[in-house]
Amino acid sequence: MGKRTIIPFGPQHPVLPEPVHLDLVLEDEKVIEAIPSIGFIHRGLEKLVEKREYPEMVYVIERICGICSFGHGWGYCHAVEGVMKVEVPVRAEYLRTIWHELSRIHSHLLWLGLLADGFGFESLFNHCWRVRERVLDLFEETTGGRVIFSVCKVGGVRKDMSKEQLEKMSQVLADLAKELKSLTDVFLEDVSVKNRLCGVGVLSKEDAEELCAVGPMARASGVVQDIRLTGNGVYEDLGFEPVIETDGDCYARCKVRIREVFQSIELIRKAIKIIPEGDISVPVKGKITGEFITRMEQPRGEAVYYAKGFDGDDASMHLERMRVRTPTNMNIPAMVKTLQGCDLADVPMLVLTIDPCISCTER
Amino acid sequence: MSEKKYLIQDIQLTEASDVLSRVRDLKAEGYRLVQMCAAAIAKDKTYQLTYSFDKDHVLLNLRIIITDGVAVESITGEYWPAFIYENEMHDLFGIEFKHNALDYGGHFFKVSEPTPWKNK
Amino acid sequence: MSYVAKSPWVIHYDGSSCNGCDIEVLACLTPMYDVERFGIINTGNPKHADVFLVTGSVNEQNKNVVKQIYEQMPEPKVVVAIGICANSGGVFKECYNILGGVDTVIPVDVYVPGCAARPEAIIDGVVAGLGKLAEKRKALEGDVIVEPERASAGEQQAQDTDEREEGAK
Repeated sequence: MGKRTIIPFGPQHPVLPEPVHLDLVLEDEKVIEAIPSIGFIHRGLEKLVEKREYPEMVYVIERICGICSFGHGWGYCHAVEGVMKVEVPVRAEYLRTIWHELSRIHSHLLWLGLLADGFGFESLFNHCWRVRERVLDLFEETTGGRVIFSVCKVGGVRKDMSKEQLEKMSQVLADLAKELKSLTDVFLEDVSVKNRLCGVGVLSKEDAEELCAVGPMARASGVVQDIRLTGNGVYEDLGFEPVIETDGDCYARCKVRIREVFQSIELIRKAIKIIPEGDISVPVKGKITGEFITRMEQPRGEAVYYAKGFDGDDASMHLERMRVRTPTNMNIPAMVKTLQGCDLADVPMLVLTIDPCISCTER
Repeated sequence: MSEKKYLIQDIQLTEASDVLSRVRDLKAEGYRLVQMCAAAIAKDKTYQLTYSFDKDHVLLNLRIIITDGVAVESITGEYWPAFIYENEMHDLFGIEFKHNALDYGGHFFKVSEPTPWKNK
Repeated sequence: MSYVAKSPWVIHYDGSSCNGCDIEVLACLTPMYDVERFGIINTGNPKHADVFLVTGSVNEQNKNVVKQIYEQMPEPKVVVAIGICANSGGVFKECYNILGGVDTVIPVDVYVPGCAARPEAIIDGVVAGLGKLAEKRKALEGDVIVEPERASAGEQQAQDTDEREEGAK
């Protein structure tokens, strides 16, 4: 048995845009144990429900995370609409689905770039982000914002998309898919990239289930789990099927996300073809009472939203409790598990392939 | 098909002492831990704990209601990932968990005021 | 050290931001906005950095991290607070775990508003920071090395400093 060394990893680390700290216990070059410590970004924003009325709270919830911002806004609205028993117009559901899938494309492209940066392929990183700007342009055109666009509100959406905008979006995405193909081929075919990804950090199906992994992390290990199957949004109309891979290594996780990018493009193009005309929101008024628990499939996996109003006579415009459980929360145990026994050099790869979103985790 | 599974709100009230055995049963049935959360009910100074589990995309929730100073049996023996939630609840709500497999001892979230969510 | 004057390196730390500003900072480095054409490079090492970009507000757990990064940076250095959270706490100002803007912990030279701050605004902020950096460098050089052709300026500065110190007494 070699001598044990503890290497601190983070909170400020070149591969991490966000702060998370790991104590890596090493024996020679092998990681024996990884102890995560989080809390660097804990803001306590869930407690703001005491100060903000429920329609205003959307703005705070959207700022849990700038990457999956739209999804958080939708999840919160979904939970509140559940409590208030509001039926959202179909067109609004379509628009939400389109924006949510666009967010997924932007998030996955961002992640692919960070992954490339993680294994030192700087030009690939730049290309991924160059392509991603096109998606951000679509956001800006339809909502006015690039990353946080506050377009979701309780009862529907704030902005409609014109026919021309939708057609243009469809065209841009079709072009994007062609351009992306040449990039994703590098991720999937390039020898040096494969050397860094194949067989690294294998998470078996049993472990993924045991450790309650969610999202692409679980799907890359062969677990059929996608909250888009639970009937929210209009995924059923679009004939959604989850993307599953079975190898469970970093390469499989990368492949799941790449396939999801193309799948999202297809879903949006399909939605644009069949989107019905109609209202985009219904008014939601009055005090809130009762509770509702719902889930969303974020780019990183399943997120849980729980909203609870005050009971009985205490009912007001404020919620008593708002709780968001984000996907990274559930994937940290799986990450800690896959880190055990890996090489020190692979640690950044492994940390990246769960697609950690720390500001989500700590709220 | 049009099946809205998310509309199923199955919340089962359970005694705090039965939680571990209920969780053990659920695990044996193949449920996956989705989340655990606490809510401080200011009116009667209690805490409402919700444990959510998933099987085939349908949620099942266990609900326990406890008062200050009651220690709850940890479920990390059954679902190891629960350590995140238990430490979080300990740090933010001041709820004690017995036999937590990975206890950070109050250093999971470093907050400027201890247990900010606790009932005053 | 004036030969490095045109190539400022930046270091980025995410205080407790929502990621929105962070990805916009990264977007600045990529082909669309491409700050590398100005010689600006993102470095992971505070000891190599001239400009400290902070996104997000400061909380109990990360205030020491922010301070440490700041202290490890060599003089002269400038701090650019990016996004409304880093300016004042923004939407999270009333949260129990938020101390406030970055200026509660370290001195800030440039404030970039926005939620999330747009890449154009960030670049503008960094460029404004470079002006400050040049001033600080000049002040620093005046203190340490008095080059012959600048002697008078250096003396003037020394005098100013003396006067200020006297004033403080």
